[in-house]
Amino acid sequence: MLLLLSVLIALVALIPLFFVVGYIASSGWEQTVALIWRPRVGELLKNTSLLVVGCVGLSAVLGTGMAVLIERTTLPGRRVWNVLLVAPLAVPAFVNSFGWVSLTARVEGYAGALMIVSLSYYPLVYLPVSAMLRGLDPALEETAAALGYGPLRTFFRVVLPQLRPALLGGSLIVALHILAEFGALQMLRFPTFTTAIYDQYRSSFNGPAANMLAGVLLLSCLLLLTLELRLRGHHRYSRTGGGSARAIPRRRLRHATVPSLLAVGGLTALALGVPLGSLVFWLVTGSSTAFPVGDLVATAATSLGLGLAGAILTMTLAFPVAWLCVRRRGRLTILLERSTYFGNAVPGIVVALALVTVAIRFANPVYQTTVLLVLAYAIMFLPRAMVSVRAALDQAPPVLDDVAHALGSGPLETLRRVTLPLIAPGLGAGAALVFLAVVTELTATLLLAPIGTRTLATQFWSNTSSIAYGAAAPYAALMVLLSAPVTLVLTHDRWRSMSQ
Amino acid sequence: MRFNVRVASAAAMVAAMLGVAACGTSSDSTKTGQSGAKPTLTLYNAQHEDLMALMVADFTKASGIKVNMRNGEDFELGNQLVQEGAASPADVFVTENSPAMTLVDSKGLFATVENAALAQVPAQFAPTDKGWVGFAARSTVFVYNQAQLKAADLPASIMELSEPQWKGKLGISPAGADFQAIVSAVLALKGEPATVAWLKGLKDNARVYQGNSAVMKAVNAGEISSGVIYHYYWYKDQAESGANSKNVKQLYFGNQDPGAFLSISGAGVIKSSKHQAEAQQLVKYLNGAAGQKVLSDSKALEYPIGKGAAANKVLKPLSELSPPTVDLTSLNGPKVVELMQQAGLL
Repeated sequence: MLLLLSVLIALVALIPLFFVVGYIASSGWEQTVALIWRPRVGELLKNTSLLVVGCVGLSAVLGTGMAVLIERTTLPGRRVWNVLLVAPLAVPAFVNSFGWVSLTARVEGYAGALMIVSLSYYPLVYLPVSAMLRGLDPALEETAAALGYGPLRTFFRVVLPQLRPALLGGSLIVALHILAEFGALQMLRFPTFTTAIYDQYRSSFNGPAANMLAGVLLLSCLLLLTLELRLRGHHRYSRTGGGSARAIPRRRLRHATVPSLLAVGGLTALALGVPLGSLVFWLVTGSSTAFPVGDLVATAATSLGLGLAGAILTMTLAFPVAWLCVRRRGRLTILLERSTYFGNAVPGIVVALALVTVAIRFANPVYQTTVLLVLAYAIMFLPRAMVSVRAALDQAPPVLDDVAHALGSGPLETLRRVTLPLIAPGLGAGAALVFLAVVTELTATLLLAPIGTRTLATQFWSNTSSIAYGAAAPYAALMVLLSAPVTLVLTHDRWRSMSQ
Repeated sequence: MRFNVRVASAAAMVAAMLGVAACGTSSDSTKTGQSGAKPTLTLYNAQHEDLMALMVADFTKASGIKVNMRNGEDFELGNQLVQEGAASPADVFVTENSPAMTLVDSKGLFATVENAALAQVPAQFAPTDKGWVGFAARSTVFVYNQAQLKAADLPASIMELSEPQWKGKLGISPAGADFQAIVSAVLALKGEPATVAWLKGLKDNARVYQGNSAVMKAVNAGEISSGVIYHYYWYKDQAESGANSKNVKQLYFGNQDPGAFLSISGAGVIKSSKHQAEAQQLVKYLNGAAGQKVLSDSKALEYPIGKGAAANKVLKPLSELSPPTVDLTSLNGPKVVELMQQAGLL
């Protein structure tokens, strides 16, 4: 029964894949070639690849560099910097991009896109790498030092190889975000597959050209996934035995303190100061600035409501699959789990295109309804929920259930008094992650929002499209305000676990 | 036993979810039912959202009929209507440009517009099959930065813009329906081979922007020296603060050049609509005296085309534009999109 449910959930998660594969298979060979083998696709491929390579590189350097400074040195104000370095996650990339481009058109094009998108996404590398740095066994570095390695050599030959899973994982997530990024790049006039699909959608709805491009984009995402798996290889990163958990002595920065502070401060100024400053500037001085309180409250309420509904549905779908995967591990359940992770590799625009077509043809009653939109969110953000639920369930060993049974608790009481309290923080974190993602989601919402549904993101977008920067600013500010507490809570949890 | 309880609780969660969803939809339907006897119309709107909101509000005030809008681009909504077919929730469709109307009309999805509405505009602003009717017009213009281009440098025809001397100097917004309508006029007037060559030249010459406002802003800032857009962007900005147009001048090609193309915004009633009478009423309102007055008085600064309707005084009079004569139904949207895809502009 639970298995059947999980199979269903996995199938739902795979709708976009089925759609794209089915679409390309059912189109004639000639049409496929005509739409894929054309100069424009080459141009998009070049743009997209250059951006992915550049941003991943830059994010990796920035993320790792900052992680080392915060985790391994005596940099003053580490706790505050840690929060500020993660905070860009609360500013959606398209708001960051708006902040820059509304001040100067010079950031348009490749160089600007490279800088702005990296500034938005480097925390995705910073977070896992700094977590990993904290967990490393100091003995290895001490051994290296004892064998005569200097600090730099130790870092590159001992520490960096151990950081590989975090670095690769973070980089992969950055790459997938860039492939899916729409708003920021559209504003910066740097066309990639995702922006081109949206242009096609605007000029032909779900026409063949849009779907073919979606196919190419999906293929790129899958290639990245396999590439990451291969690079990660089969090395063992764990050690035998628990080792002794102890703090690694921090390096004194001494005369490097000021340059380091400048580096961290400069990055924060660029990634956080510019977009927020620009928002404030437009709020105060924009000629089209208006505070339509009714509209602002209504759209904020819609965004909140969708965020909650998205979080509930996504967690509900993730739970049975994660449960099976942890408690009844087997080939089938692993396969089911993998299928739900697929959403990570599918850009919102592809999910939305697939759902539009599938709903028109096969599920007309849900077409243009909130149900379809929330389902799209669930497909896209299921991986985030899965990661949290799985991790939480791992921390609730089944033996505790047995103990509860032995002590006379019924199944319901066990669930209530033993399992749920154990996994509640994990569930909360997962729900918060999904909520955050939904509130700042733009692409799929643009395509799937039912008539009359306006979210903060879509209102912001419609105002920036007609260059009413002042009118757009309040919506962006609200998005940041809604995301900020959630981001803070997530980093706070992290800090707590880190000081333990 | 343990297993079953979990299944039950999972099922309960799902049921709760569905319940929440059901509540959501049912509250929606009660909302639509609230207006009493009069139905609420669903308008697929590809016109400027602010203009349509004004016109629709005035219509609701006069008729008591409420209107929900789904906003999008001409071809996005046009193709959506084609995909949805008879299941479409739309009652009325309005666009900025006529090619998308022609597309929907060619699939037989429009009901015939009532004669009363057709009679409110000159005959050339509706197709002969009466599938839809025009209610506003906009003129193509060439905008340029007056510090960068001198009178002697200005092109005499839009067709010249594919020539090499315009490389890097021109801005367009090819993903928008506006520019696609202009291309459809070039196609109708100059034929396919000339259009293909012209588009190829544009691909080499033009910098691509998202939207006509962005093109004008870039011309104003001197990022590019010129662009092809519609007339009202300049007037709108002048009326506001001029911040994005103070360095920009407009050139009307005139002389029946394809670049003087006058694009017609259309309105039509969807055949599958269950509210035919009310839908016809909305269309009749849009190009009737009341609707045209709201249009003229608004900040939209498009041309009204109703008989006897006067355009805003700041605009260059419609009679002086000398646009090319184009049969509206010959403007082929899907073909234009295909040619632009081939040229790499889309």
